[in-house]
Amino acid sequence: MKNVQSLGALMEERGVSRRAFLKYASYVASLMALPPAAAAAMAEGLAKARRQSVIWLSFQECTGCTESITRAHSPTLENLIFDFISLDYQEVLMAACGEAADAARHAAMADNKGKYIVVVEGSVPTKDGGIYSAIGGVSNLQMLQETVENAFAVVAVGSCASFGGIPKANPNPTGAVAISDLIGGKPLINISGCPPIPEAIVGSLSYILSFGKLPELDHLGRPKAFFGETIHDRCYRRPFYERGLFADSFDDDGARQGWCLYKVGCKGPVTYNACATLKWNGGVSFPIQSGHGCLGCSEPNFWDGGGFYRPLPTPLGATGTVLAGAAVAGAALGLGASHLARKHQKNYLAAPKSEED
Amino acid sequence: MDLLSFARGPALTFAMAIFVIGVLWRLIGVLSLPAWRDDSPPRKGAPPAWLSALQAILGKMIPHKTFLKEGMFTTVNGYVFHIGLAICVFAFAPHILFLKSLFGFDWPALPNGLIYAAGVITAGSLLAALVYRLANPVMKLISRGNDYISWTLTFLPVVTGLAASSHIGARYETLLALHILSICVFLIWFPFGKLMHAFLFVFSRGATGIRFGRRGAQL
Repeated sequence: MKNVQSLGALMEERGVSRRAFLKYASYVASLMALPPAAAAAMAEGLAKARRQSVIWLSFQECTGCTESITRAHSPTLENLIFDFISLDYQEVLMAACGEAADAARHAAMADNKGKYIVVVEGSVPTKDGGIYSAIGGVSNLQMLQETVENAFAVVAVGSCASFGGIPKANPNPTGAVAISDLIGGKPLINISGCPPIPEAIVGSLSYILSFGKLPELDHLGRPKAFFGETIHDRCYRRPFYERGLFADSFDDDGARQGWCLYKVGCKGPVTYNACATLKWNGGVSFPIQSGHGCLGCSEPNFWDGGGFYRPLPTPLGATGTVLAGAAVAGAALGLGASHLARKHQKNYLAAPKSEED
Repeated sequence: MDLLSFARGPALTFAMAIFVIGVLWRLIGVLSLPAWRDDSPPRKGAPPAWLSALQAILGKMIPHKTFLKEGMFTTVNGYVFHIGLAICVFAFAPHILFLKSLFGFDWPALPNGLIYAAGVITAGSLLAALVYRLANPVMKLISRGNDYISWTLTFLPVVTGLAASSHIGARYETLLALHILSICVFLIWFPFGKLMHAFLFVFSRGATGIRFGRRGAQL
């Protein structure tokens, strides 16, 4: 689809007032913690921008990330698709299928060479030539390399695309890897989470559209606006943590009182995401508010982190067995040392003494 | 494997294993040595051995009045950082959870505010102990590398713990990993340096008490 009309003109044609447009820009700017002046710049940038061609590739995934974005409440997915972006290829949402769908992808790549954004959902299997996941006979690896070649930027949506996620979890039978391992130096944003917060996806896309560049990212390539603080730092149960009030199980008095879930395995202190502030389903709730600890799903290797219900301070690995072995070894060494000392003493006492002694 | 997983996993397990091996090696090695033979007869009115040991262990918690004034700073400061360390180690909720994972039982935690205060006082007290050691000519003369290493390895977990709880200097998970790694080094050094006094002081004082008590010395 060729998108020659600017978004501003398109909005005007559809009867969207400048006020409504500014309101939207202000909302996205505040979501990303941008200064107030950035809202006007964002609106201006969006008005001048063409509808952005987006190619959404789905690889080793569960479609949870797509499910998530369909629940974006502001802007809604409909707003995003019809007003701001041209979603040229998305297997779940597009009407076309089979060869027609693939033709749409190739057409979008040809028409928007160097300008389109590739959104990737899911990790990519690399073992045995990447045969473990293919679409129409084309392996994910091949499709990614082909599509990314002339892209402006890549957005890895979800923990599988960002860090390998569940497919990469031990023992990783398909040799799954994160998108960052396969795209060389292409500009990349990781929007991790299982699934990621929809506002983080649409907010980041809106930012690229408005300013023509990637937002500020953390060391894991995630937008700092959404991944700048831990769940724990923004959690409404934090005061209970500070007071030493914890739920010991999911059905005790502490749990009913809404106390901190740290003892039942909450990974909030080491998980960077915006769940505690943006929440889910239009700001209704988030896992901790619903009574379950954070799983740490937006962090790398969260599936192999030692168990969802294992408290953070507990050591990882088979500590008990190792310590039992260490105790036996220590006792044996102690007895051995004592035996040697006794033997030495006995020999010393039995030895003939010189006159100096 | 990220730094925190490394610290919580192989590093901590290895350090704890060395700690257990070292402590048992030294304790069993010392305690299973033949008892010191005292051929002299017990003095008249000498208390039983267990009482002499107990008197020495508890009585020496406060210096003899002859040395009280002279040793006031080291005594008070010593109590401050020992009690502070005990509060930080045994009354902080995450530490209790760690100990519960090892021993299977837990106890109530103190509010974090009190722990943070205890941590700051402990760090200050440890610094004061170091300054005293360096400023006092006698202390400086008798100090060895062992003393400075033991001080450093005690100080590091306190400051990294404070930094982690207040998110100063780096991201929380990095600070937490550094805190755990500092404890790992502490645990590895513990049995082989002067930190072992935490276990040995009871036996050395007790043995001295038994020997002195038998010979009629007042404890």
